[in-house]
Amino acid sequence: MSPSTGKIVGISGNMVTVEFDGNIMQNEVAYILKGEERLKSEIVRIGDSVAFMQVFESTKGLKIGDKVEFSGELLSVQLGPGLLGQVYDGLQNPLPDLAEEYGFFLPRGVELKALDDERKWKFTPVANKGDTVIQGMLLGHVPEGIFEHAIMVPFHLPGEYTVEDIAAEGEYAIKETIAKIKDEKGNTHEISMTFNWPVKIPIEAYRDKIVPEEPLVTQARIIDTFFPVAKGGTFCIPGPFGAGKTVLQHILSRHAQVDVVIVAACGERAGEVVELLREFPELEDPRTGKTLMERTIIICNTSSMPVAAREASVYTAVTLGEYYKQMGLDVLLLADSTSRWAQAMRELSGRLEEIPGEEAFPAYLESRIAEFYERSGLMELNSGEYGSLTIGGTVSPAGGNFEEPVTQATLKVVGAFLGLSRDRANARRFPSIHPLESWSKYESFIDQKNIDEATDKLRRGNDVNQMMMVVGEEGTSIEDFQLYLKSEFLDSVYLQQNAFDEVDAATNKERQTHVFQRVQQVLDTDFHLESKDQARDLFNRLRQLFIDWNYAKMDSPDFKQIEESIEKLIKEHSENEENLQ
Amino acid sequence: MRKIYNKIQNISGNVISVKASDVSYEELAEITTQRGKSLAQVIKMDDENVSLQVFTGSRGVSINDEVRFLGRPMEVTFSDNMLGRIFDGAGSPRDKGPLLTENLIPVAGPSVNPSKRIIPRRMIRTNIPMIDVFNSLVVSQKLPIFSVSGEPYNELLARIALQAEVDMIILGGIGLKYDEYMKFKNTLESGGALSRSIFFMNTASDPIVESLMVPDLSLAVAEKFALKGKDVLVLLTDMTNFADAMKEIAITMEQVPSNRGYPGDLYTQLAARYEKAVDFDDAGSITILAVTTMPGDDVTHPVPDNTGYITEGQFYLHNGYIDPFGSLSRLKQQVNSADQSRKDHRAIMDGMIQLYAQFMETEEKRAMGFRMSGWDQKLLKYGGMFRSQMMDLSVNIPLEEALDRGWEIMAKCFTPEETRMRTELIKEFWPKNTDQ
Repeated sequence: MSPSTGKIVGISGNMVTVEFDGNIMQNEVAYILKGEERLKSEIVRIGDSVAFMQVFESTKGLKIGDKVEFSGELLSVQLGPGLLGQVYDGLQNPLPDLAEEYGFFLPRGVELKALDDERKWKFTPVANKGDTVIQGMLLGHVPEGIFEHAIMVPFHLPGEYTVEDIAAEGEYAIKETIAKIKDEKGNTHEISMTFNWPVKIPIEAYRDKIVPEEPLVTQARIIDTFFPVAKGGTFCIPGPFGAGKTVLQHILSRHAQVDVVIVAACGERAGEVVELLREFPELEDPRTGKTLMERTIIICNTSSMPVAAREASVYTAVTLGEYYKQMGLDVLLLADSTSRWAQAMRELSGRLEEIPGEEAFPAYLESRIAEFYERSGLMELNSGEYGSLTIGGTVSPAGGNFEEPVTQATLKVVGAFLGLSRDRANARRFPSIHPLESWSKYESFIDQKNIDEATDKLRRGNDVNQMMMVVGEEGTSIEDFQLYLKSEFLDSVYLQQNAFDEVDAATNKERQTHVFQRVQQVLDTDFHLESKDQARDLFNRLRQLFIDWNYAKMDSPDFKQIEESIEKLIKEHSENEENLQ
Repeated sequence: MRKIYNKIQNISGNVISVKASDVSYEELAEITTQRGKSLAQVIKMDDENVSLQVFTGSRGVSINDEVRFLGRPMEVTFSDNMLGRIFDGAGSPRDKGPLLTENLIPVAGPSVNPSKRIIPRRMIRTNIPMIDVFNSLVVSQKLPIFSVSGEPYNELLARIALQAEVDMIILGGIGLKYDEYMKFKNTLESGGALSRSIFFMNTASDPIVESLMVPDLSLAVAEKFALKGKDVLVLLTDMTNFADAMKEIAITMEQVPSNRGYPGDLYTQLAARYEKAVDFDDAGSITILAVTTMPGDDVTHPVPDNTGYITEGQFYLHNGYIDPFGSLSRLKQQVNSADQSRKDHRAIMDGMIQLYAQFMETEEKRAMGFRMSGWDQKLLKYGGMFRSQMMDLSVNIPLEEALDRGWEIMAKCFTPEETRMRTELIKEFWPKNTDQ
């Protein structure tokens, strides 16, 4: 069947209408031919003998009557070894390769190979001749950076297969055949190390989806202790501009204890991506000793790049995440920002002249957001192993108001809400996650009872603070004042974390458990205090000690020594000895 | 010869439509009316129906007027001869100088490949302490000046234009009042900076559609100069007018509005301009400072709100001061560390602001009638000096002098310990003779 063709009959922004002959399908990829350029586009609606297509590039200079070639395929990404460490645009074009070939500016109508066809990979077979396999099962593996990259039965092959032939250990390029498998009808399929998968369709080549329980350690204290995220779970980070969303995402992408991190920079500032691009190849991943870049894939469609490709970039990222999850790895996908993705949908919807929903977002906004987050999960794979994909998205609500459609639609489907507050950011309290408004449905590695008690102190201390603004310090009792100082203490030594300090930037599980106990001890101790000045002085000293403690390496003599000073100080001021352990 | 059409089908707002064929998207056309000639740009094509936005507006366009398609998109001339010249929003001279037609370049070109960008590490000194010390401007940064009408934002912009350490200035005026435009021109002229400046000027009395072109023209020219190795500072005033012009066209075109009537692609449109700010690997740079007036002093208004999400911080001009709390330069960390600037830079930056924050609290307490302690009195003295000797926009001193002045102010108000400065810095920088 030769692909269908058509011609342009209308243009408005990045939306073109095309008259076509032959068969076309929804979400099929088509190319607009303009001289040497081939402008990639996607069918988004089919009407009476016309197709509406969103163009992934600038439509400048297109004419009525320009030729269109349909591809017969859905928008897809290429999967296979060599994805890690790459920097792609929203359509999986490698940006460094584009720069090498075309210089400073992004060319229009160019597609480059996502993976290197020529590079040889050392293949080790795992499956044997005669084995029965199904989609997603392991045929062999190749080393990719720090992992064994699994070569699996492609996910688009349904049913059972018998392995007829498998390549011997050796060096192969990704397109060479490494196995032949026979289906139930006796047809033989040749398998290489790479295949394509349509981005908007979830990969479902696993046995079962399981409730996520094991905490994903992000090494950010306020998250791990108070608002934890589970491996295979979902979370969102809404916040107004300047509250530190992107900085928080960068911290997570650096310190989260997972195997693979996928960063989707979707419609945000190019400068921020540049920091990742330039710094990750230099930074060491303490878990593996290799650079952070070797566990990272960056999908980068910044705000000035074409808006339709921005919409695609989120799907590209989640598909790559699903692929690595299928290998039994823990994957973290960070999407910054989902609001820009939603805005891309809104622009498209407007050009399609659809009836608008709230704030002109399309009516299907909620279901699209839900579909996206539902692609996360902890899965029991066909091989019997487990893999997880955790999805965290930032949300940029208009005017910083969480009562807007994107935030609300997201809150319905995520397991943890890390709401950033402008007040906390202005007061330079970072990470600026609001400790009283955020929530998580997952379980922390610290006992829930202890967390509830700490949160309670925080809330009551905050109430005292509100009251003091009216009645002044003079009108506050010493007990209430102590409560207020305790809540401030918890905030400044535990909830806040200095991302620029080498030690304080990342607190692992062991250390969090240890430090939290001490913090709790301070919170639980009824200090013997006579005046407010004395109280303030004591807590200033406690705070200073704890902050120094946070900056000390855990195995250092300083760490021990500061802890002793802390103990001593608490002892000196506590009313009776029974409160001490 | 291009085909000429003289039957205009429809006129609505500043958009006209004609039946035409073989027209390209975003192509320019020339319309001859009884008022003269005007450019127009294709913004929508539906089969034979081509919609164009008319640069000088549709007033006086008759249905029999002549529309001639030019077969090219919007272009602007580019050469060193542009320096010192003033152009309008269509790219034609508005001073009395000769028409420049050589070396035409397209506007609104493709975006820069992120992998060709570098992390900016150079400060642009402005000799304004509230910028240099507290929120340093960095090469390739894009920063809006948020303010309300009536604030001296254009004066601030003109001073930065005069004093900033850059190779050249491009000033884009969007719906600027005529006398503001003249003030800019006179200030730069008398300061001797006109010869390194280019103006693209659309005043409030000029056609509104032309104002839409001003950022694109300014940035297209800036980009070419940057590629030739120049550090270019682009000043735009006022981007809220730009957004309003976009709103007007979008509503004329019956697009579904998203928030307060602004089109759904407001973020994308603003980002397409601001993201032109860049530090090229092995070439020059573009830095953008853009005034964004906030209707009703409301930072959640769609224009400042979307802008804030795009830009790398903001200067918040409030009551004639650059507000130290609302303002933020996200890139300042890249240029103010001990090995890039003086080693007390960060300490002064943080320390003085913390003290100023305490002063604000004290002032609030005083306003509510609470008793003032000795410490409060010290803070009040400090706050006053900080305002008049640092924040005042007329203060014009280099960074090092500003840092010294910071120490002097603190020494006049506090003992060294009260400032919470690190001991080693106090040893080195605390003034020896103080009159406290």
